[in-house]
Amino acid sequence: MSKKIELLVGFFVALSIAALLMLSYKVAQKGILGNDKTYVLYAKFSNIGGLKVRAPIKVGGVVIGRITHISLDTKDYTPLVALTIEKKYNQFSDATSASVLTSGLLGEQYIGLDPGFVDDSVGMLKPGDFIEDTKPALVLEKLIGQFLFSKGSK
Amino acid sequence: MFNLLIDKIQQLGHKTLSIVSGLGRASLFLLSALFHIPNPRKGFPLFIQQLYAVGVLSLIIIIVSGLFIGMVLALQGYTILVGYGAEASLGPMVALSLLRELGPVVTALLFAGRAGSALTAEIGLMKATEQLSSMEMMAVDPLRRVIVPRFWAGMISMPLLAAIFSAVGILGAYLVGVDWLGLDSGTFWSVMQSEVNFRGDVVNGIIKSGVFAFVITWIAVYKGYDCVPTSEGISRATTATVVESSLLVLGLDFVLTALMFAR
Amino acid sequence: MSETLIDIQNMTFKRDERVIYDNVSLSIPRGKVTAIMGPSGIGKTTLLRLIGGQLKPESGKILFDQQNIPTLSRHDLYETRKRMSMLFQSGALFSEMTVYDNIAFPIREHSKLSEALIEKMVLMKLEVVGLRGARNLYPSELSGGMARRAALARAIALDPELILYDEPFAGQDPISMGVIVRLIRALSDALGLTSVVVSHDVQEVMSIADYIYIIAEQKIIGQGTPEQIAKESSPLVKQFVQGEADGPVAFHYPAKPYRDELLGKGMMNV
Repeated sequence: MSKKIELLVGFFVALSIAALLMLSYKVAQKGILGNDKTYVLYAKFSNIGGLKVRAPIKVGGVVIGRITHISLDTKDYTPLVALTIEKKYNQFSDATSASVLTSGLLGEQYIGLDPGFVDDSVGMLKPGDFIEDTKPALVLEKLIGQFLFSKGSK
Repeated sequence: MFNLLIDKIQQLGHKTLSIVSGLGRASLFLLSALFHIPNPRKGFPLFIQQLYAVGVLSLIIIIVSGLFIGMVLALQGYTILVGYGAEASLGPMVALSLLRELGPVVTALLFAGRAGSALTAEIGLMKATEQLSSMEMMAVDPLRRVIVPRFWAGMISMPLLAAIFSAVGILGAYLVGVDWLGLDSGTFWSVMQSEVNFRGDVVNGIIKSGVFAFVITWIAVYKGYDCVPTSEGISRATTATVVESSLLVLGLDFVLTALMFAR
Repeated sequence: MSETLIDIQNMTFKRDERVIYDNVSLSIPRGKVTAIMGPSGIGKTTLLRLIGGQLKPESGKILFDQQNIPTLSRHDLYETRKRMSMLFQSGALFSEMTVYDNIAFPIREHSKLSEALIEKMVLMKLEVVGLRGARNLYPSELSGGMARRAALARAIALDPELILYDEPFAGQDPISMGVIVRLIRALSDALGLTSVVVSHDVQEVMSIADYIYIIAEQKIIGQGTPEQIAKESSPLVKQFVQGEADGPVAFHYPAKPYRDELLGKGMMNV
């Protein structure tokens, strides 16, 4: 009787551990922001469009991190974005550029990093550094406005 | 007319006082039950026994409902998402709804109905048949002997059950989405992985179910301990456990969701 | 060692506004069977709970071996309770345990004896109540009389100094009634236990008690040995002992005059 109960409780606990393991490794990618193996870079954009916290950071389509914080710099009133990137991708050069991109026509916005050229003259970005070369989000209304304006001036 | 008003105000006061004193008694009850160091030699077997009664016996209902809810989510989600050409997002949609909401909440509701009511009825019956009283006369504190192991068993097993529920639900969604509707298995998992965040989603879901477990188990053991020791009193207490803990779970779920996920 | 084990002095107990005991004093001698009788609903069980410290009186003292139960700290109260036990009317056996485990329960809780030793003790207690063969049954499988005997075995498991019996004869068939009467007397004589029997079964109580208190109307209305009680002339005691329907303790629950209610004086309110 008591043995059977212990066996079933053991089974229950083992099943829960299996479920937790599945949830942490199969369902959630425990690597990204799941642990402390990340570092932070900052970037200022003149316009971030519809960028949200937790939006992905991609290099050539590969997710390497997420945006963890968005605020407005109180000195020059430009948006300041904190990019939390996995530690194993820590070889970005000073020449790296960041742009706010959109996946597909109506998709989510994300930050694309372009590593740029690497040679001896440029240094590497350290945790906490700013990415200097940034391209703002394209705002559809402005684009359409420009397009119409250029048409009209012809 | 004036007297009627006075009467109503008095009734309101009476109600308020009885609610406040009930809350006070329930808190004192919890404090006196929890603030002591359990004796591991005697306590552990009792705890295992209750883990069986509360956790293992709830497994079947949790697994079956998890499976079906996952399958239904996948089916419903697919028909909606395919309209936007976004059926690849089926994985994260199902996983996020299960981890953040349905896992903790539905498990809590099932747990309140299955284990909470059983706890109340059992303790109430022990009270009605003077078992608690006789334990007290044998110099054994029923709070420690009866309430504490049940409380901890509830606290531990509900988050575990919620995890099992979510995992089974996701497997059910996989079954429907991949095996039946023909999504690509690799896409299903990889899109899910890129969207689901361990700390933000999995851990927050577990925290939610921990809070629900606390509320349900507390209500269940207190209602049993405090019930009127008659058969009518026990049935009232059991109903009250299910109703009150379900309502409180749904209310708390909103508060917790607002704190955790709203930005 | 004093002759008196329990000494209740000027004790008053109220439940909400209703007075249950009004300035009651009584003493229970060590090693004797003391019976407390009275009509139902006057709080005889309450008296046992007061002695056990489960209820606290409004005022007055309840001394158990010179210790005042109501003012004891929680820890001391639990220590004192190890010296007494109570046989509940329902038996109050733990329904999820076998008879054996029920009787082993207090021993396991309060001692660090080995299981082998516990088994010997339990079997001895079961032998006393004649249920050694029923050790593996669950309480739901026992008859009422057997359940009460099993509960008695549990009550004496730790060899207490005092046993409180709550209505031990209520609802028993004549045979098990006889068995329990014999057991109470035997436990008292053989082990020197102090017994307090709360009951309204006059015949059985008269046959086993050394001393009897009769309680009614919040007070003690009569006391003495069974012989003295039988000769008691007070009308209240006489009514109780001889079982008359009406007398000083009225047959009717207090009500408005019968005539008035029937003739519709109440109708004016409708």
